[in-house]
Amino acid sequence: MNLTLKIWRQANAAAKGNMETYPISDVSPDMSFLEMMDVLNEELMAKGIDPVAFDHDCREGVCGMCSMFINGEAHGPDRLVTTCQLHMRKFNDGDTITIEPFRANAFPVIKDLTVDRSAFDRIQQAGGFVSVNTSGNTQDANSIPIDKHDADKAFDAATCIGCGACVASCKNASAMLFVSAKVSQYALLPQGKIEATDRVLNMVKQMDDEGFGNCTNTGACEVECPKGISLENIARMNREYYSASIEG
Amino acid sequence: MAKLDSKIPKGPLSDKWTNHKSKINLVSPANKRQIDVIVVGTGLAGASASATLAELGYNVKTFCFQDSPRRAHSIAAQGGINAAKNYQGDGDSTYRLFYDTIKGGDYRSRESNVHRLAEVSTNIIDQCVAQGVPFARDYGGLLDNRSFGGVLVSRTFYAKGQTGQQLLLGAYSAMNRQIGRGKIKMYNRHEMMDLVVVDGKARGIITRNLVDGKLERHSAHAVVIASGGYGNVFFLSTNAMGSNTSAGWKIHKKGAHFANPCFTQIHPTCIPVSGDHQSKLTLMSESLRNDGRIWVPKKLEDAKAIREGNLKPTDLAEADRDYYLERRYPAFGNLVPRDVASRAAKERCDTGFGVNRTGEAVYLDFAAAVIRYGKEQAHIKGLNEEDEVLVKNLGQEVVRSKYGNLFQMYEKIVDQNPYETPMMIYPAVHYTMGGVWVDYNLMTSIPGCFAIGEANFSDHGANRLGASALMQGLADGYFVLPYTMGDYLSDDIRTGTIPIDSPEFEAAEKDVKNQLDGFINNKGIHSVDYYHRKLGKIMWDKCGMSRNEKGLKEAMLEIKALREDFYKNVNVPGSQNEFNEQLAKAGRVADFLELGELFAKDALERTESCGGHFREESQTPEGEALRDDENFTFVSAWEYNGEPADAVLRKEELKYEEIEVKTRSYK
Amino acid sequence: MISSSIARKLAMALSGVFLVLFLGQHFTINMTSVISEKTFNSISHFMGTNPLVQFVLQPILIFGVLFHFIMGFVLEIKNRKSRPIKYTTFNGAANASWVSRNMILSGIVILSFLGLHFYDFWLPEINHKYIEFLPENPDRYHEELVHKFHDPRKVILYSVSFFFLALHLYHGFASSFQTVGVNNKFSKSIKLFTIAFSIVVPLGFVFIAVFHHLNG
Repeated sequence: MNLTLKIWRQANAAAKGNMETYPISDVSPDMSFLEMMDVLNEELMAKGIDPVAFDHDCREGVCGMCSMFINGEAHGPDRLVTTCQLHMRKFNDGDTITIEPFRANAFPVIKDLTVDRSAFDRIQQAGGFVSVNTSGNTQDANSIPIDKHDADKAFDAATCIGCGACVASCKNASAMLFVSAKVSQYALLPQGKIEATDRVLNMVKQMDDEGFGNCTNTGACEVECPKGISLENIARMNREYYSASIEG
Repeated sequence: MAKLDSKIPKGPLSDKWTNHKSKINLVSPANKRQIDVIVVGTGLAGASASATLAELGYNVKTFCFQDSPRRAHSIAAQGGINAAKNYQGDGDSTYRLFYDTIKGGDYRSRESNVHRLAEVSTNIIDQCVAQGVPFARDYGGLLDNRSFGGVLVSRTFYAKGQTGQQLLLGAYSAMNRQIGRGKIKMYNRHEMMDLVVVDGKARGIITRNLVDGKLERHSAHAVVIASGGYGNVFFLSTNAMGSNTSAGWKIHKKGAHFANPCFTQIHPTCIPVSGDHQSKLTLMSESLRNDGRIWVPKKLEDAKAIREGNLKPTDLAEADRDYYLERRYPAFGNLVPRDVASRAAKERCDTGFGVNRTGEAVYLDFAAAVIRYGKEQAHIKGLNEEDEVLVKNLGQEVVRSKYGNLFQMYEKIVDQNPYETPMMIYPAVHYTMGGVWVDYNLMTSIPGCFAIGEANFSDHGANRLGASALMQGLADGYFVLPYTMGDYLSDDIRTGTIPIDSPEFEAAEKDVKNQLDGFINNKGIHSVDYYHRKLGKIMWDKCGMSRNEKGLKEAMLEIKALREDFYKNVNVPGSQNEFNEQLAKAGRVADFLELGELFAKDALERTESCGGHFREESQTPEGEALRDDENFTFVSAWEYNGEPADAVLRKEELKYEEIEVKTRSYK
Repeated sequence: MISSSIARKLAMALSGVFLVLFLGQHFTINMTSVISEKTFNSISHFMGTNPLVQFVLQPILIFGVLFHFIMGFVLEIKNRKSRPIKYTTFNGAANASWVSRNMILSGIVILSFLGLHFYDFWLPEINHKYIEFLPENPDRYHEELVHKFHDPRKVILYSVSFFFLALHLYHGFASSFQTVGVNNKFSKSIKLFTIAFSIVVPLGFVFIAVFHHLNG
C-alpha cells in the first residue's frame, strides 16, 4: 500500500506546531499502525529529518501509552483497540491519514504526538486508592464474600488502561469516564466503600482543577474506549457524588 | 570483590524466614524519616516496594521511564498469581508450592528464597483484596481459582485475562496514596543512567529527564533496582518496547554480580512473526493448550504446499498430520511445560515442517475440541449428535465462552478466523529467570544496592512456572524487601542526607554525559534499531531455544564485532537536551550489546541442559534435556571485569536440604 | 456545590427536566384550543389571572428558562476552553449523534424562538394586564391565538423552531436521567419515551399552528 500521512509536528511544548505531509510506500497490510510509524521514522532518519515522537510501550493494548488521534478518532477507526492493535489492513491503498496528538487543555503536547497525561495520575493520587497499609496480617481474603455481579462490574470498570481516549474523543475534553471507572470500581467493593465519600469528592475536585471539560452525555467516550468502559460508570459516579455532597 | 555470601539464615527451612525477621535490626519510626530510598522501576516489584517503604516512613524517590508508573510491563501479565491458600481444599500447602517451584525451576534456584516466597504468597492475596483488586469470584462470593501448567492443584488466583493489570493497578493505587501524602516523590519519564557508589556503598543514581534531556543527581541511603528482565536483548520478545536491562547492567558494571544470564524462558504459544517490519510478539495464554492440539503436516511436500498457499490446513487428512507432542510425550501430550513445548516446535520447523510463509509456525487446532464440546452440548440438550453443522455451532459457542477474548485478539492481528482454521503459533522470548545476583536479603554484591522482581535471579531457577512471576514481584516488594532493607539501613541512621556534590557524583555524571555526547556526535550511518535487530538475530539463532558450543562461540565474537561497529557507525539524530527517543534507545541497546555477549558466555560455560537452557551436546538419546547435577548445581554469578568476555565466574553452590533432586520427565 | 462540574451538570439536567414538565403542561393546554374554544379560554383565563400562577409559578418558570440558557452558555464556554487547540480532523459522527454534539446550536435556535414567542404572546399579555390595565375579557384568548397564526411566515418559523426543539429534547431528556444517575435496565425505556416525547410534542405544536392557520 502507498499512503500519504499528515502528521502534527511540534518540536517541544513551547514551540508552535503544524501539520506536515509525508508519503510512505510499500506498507504491508499486516503491519500494525505503530510498525508503519517505525518504518516512517527509519525513512525520515535516513533523510536527515527528525523522527516523529510518539508514545508507545507494550504494543499489545494494555499499557495505555499509545495515544494517536487518527483520521479524527482516538486510536483510529477500529473499535475496542488501541493504536498499537490497529492494523494497516483497515486502510486502503492511496489513503491520506491524518495523525494528531490527543488534544486537551489538561494534556499539553510534549513533542509531536507525545502528550503529558500526568493529570490522570494526579486525579488518582487525590483518592483512587483504599487506605490500607501492607502488614502481612490483613484479614483473610475470603472473609468478606462479594456478590459476583458486583465483583464482575468492579472488574469491568477496573480494566481502564488510562490511555485518555475518552478525553481525546469527547468534544468537551471531559475526563468523566476515566474518573468514574476508578470511583465505580471501589464503590462496588466493600473494601472501597469505607472511603467512598471523600474519594469521589476529592477525585472530582482534582478532575475539575486539571481543566477537563464537562460531560454532556454524548457517549463518544464509551464508543472510542479501547476497553469498552460503560457510561453506566458515569451515572454511578454521579450518584456517589450526590450522596457524598449531601453527607458533606 | 569478596566471596559470594548468600547470607541464608541458619535453622530449619520452614523457620528461616520467621527467625530471620525476628532477629534482624530495625530502624525506629523517627529515624526512618531521616532515610532516603531510591526505587528504579514501577512494575509489581518496584511499585509495591515503593508503597510499602513509604508506608513505613522512609522518604522514597521512585523513577520510571514511562509517562506514568501504571504503564510498567507487569500490566501485560495475563494468567494469574499463585498462592498456597488451599481455598479449594485440594491438598495445597506452603510446602507443595515450594516444591513445585523448585522442581519447575529444574533444581537451579535457591531453596531458602523459594520457601520464603511460598510462605508469603498467601499474604499477597489478602493484601490485594484489601486494596480492592477485583479478583474473579464464584457465585457464593468467594475467590475463584484456576489451574496452571506443571502442578496438581488449583492455586492460581486470577482476574479474567488481566491479572497483571489488576495487581499492578493495586500497587499503583498504594503508591498514589503515598505520593498524595508526599512520602513518595515520583519521577515519570526519567531514566536511570548510572549508579553512584560512595565508599563502597550505593548512594544514589544519575538520571536523565526524558522530556528535556537534563541529567540529574539523586542521592539516597539505598538504591533498589526493580527494572524487570532483559528479554529484549532478542529484539523480538513479548516484552514492552521500552523494557531494557540498563539499570541492572549499570550496577553490574559498578560491581554487582550478574547471575545465570542464559536462563531465559521461551514461551511456546505466541503469534508468529509476519514479516521484517515486526516490532514485538504477542503472547497467547498458556491456557489454550488445554483444548488446542498442536500439529504440523507429516509430509514435507504438504508443508511446502501450505507455505506456498496451495493447500489449506483444513483439507489435510487426519492421517497426514503429525501431532508431535502427543507422539513424543504421551503422558502430558499438549500440556508439557513451556521449555519442552517450545523446543519441540523448533525441532519440527527446523526440519522443514513449518506452516506459515516464514516456515516458523505450527498449528494449534481447536477443531477436535469444537466437536467434542459440540457433541456434549447436543447430548445435554437432547439434540441430534450426528448433525455436523449443529455440533460445530454448539462447540464453537463453548470455545468462545472460554477463550473468546484470545480468539478475538488473534483475529485482529493475523486476520484469520481461528474458529474456522487452526491458529498458527511459534515460541517467543518471554521471561528471563537470570538477573542481578542477590543474597537472602535481596541485596546485590554492592552494599546498599538491592534488586527485586524479574531484575534479580533468585526464585525461578532455570525455568519459571506459570503464574509465579506476579507472585515473586509482589512478594519481594510488599513482604521481603521492606523488612530486610531495615537491617542494612539501621547502620545509616546517623549518616544524614547524602550530598550530591561529591566527586563520585561528579564523575558518574560526567561519564554519562560523555557517553551521550558520543552518541550524538557520532553521526554514523545506521539507526539504533538496525543494531538491535542484528543483535536479536544473533541471539535468536545462536543463543535461542537450543545452543551448542560452536554457535555460542560464534555468537560471542559476532556480538563483540557488532558492538564495535555500533560505536563506530550508529546514527543518533537530534540533540541531548530535548525529548529524544532515539538517544534513550541508543543507551539501552549499548547495554544489550554487552549483556548479549555475557549471555552467550554463560550459556557456553554451562555445558549441561536444564530448564530453558538446552545444550545440544547434553541430551538423552531421545533428544530430551540432560541435566548435569554433579558439575552444575550452582548459580553462575558473573563479576564485571571490563569486556563481557573477561567476566569472572563466581559460583554459589546450591544445597538442597529438604528436597530430593530428581530428573524431570514428561513422557 | 454549583462550582463543581458534576453539580453544574445536575443543575442543567434538573432545570431541563423542569422545562420539559412545563412544556408538557403548555402542550396540553394548547391542544385544547383545537378541541374546544371554550375550554381553552377558561384555562387560559385561569392561568392568566390566578395569583399563584402569575406571581409564583411564572417567576420560577422565567428563572428556570434563564438559568438553563445561561448555564448552557457557561458550560459551552468552559468546554471550549478545555481544548484550546482544535483538531484539524475531528470525526465526531463516528462516535456520537449530531444532536448530542450540537445542543448549543439547537438551544440557540430555541432561544431565538423564545424571543419571538415572548414578543408574540407574553409581552402583549403583560402589556394588557400590568401596564395598560385593560379590562379583562375571559373569552379573548382563543381569538388572539388564531390571529397570531394568520401569517404563513410565522407558521413556518414556528415549525422550524419546533424541529430544533425536537432535536434538543431527543438528546436532552434521556440525557438528564443519566446525569441524575439513572442508568439501569429502565434506560432503554426512558430512551424510547424520550424519542416519543420529542416527536409527539413538537409535532403537536406544529399541528396546532397549522390548524389555526388553516381554520383561522
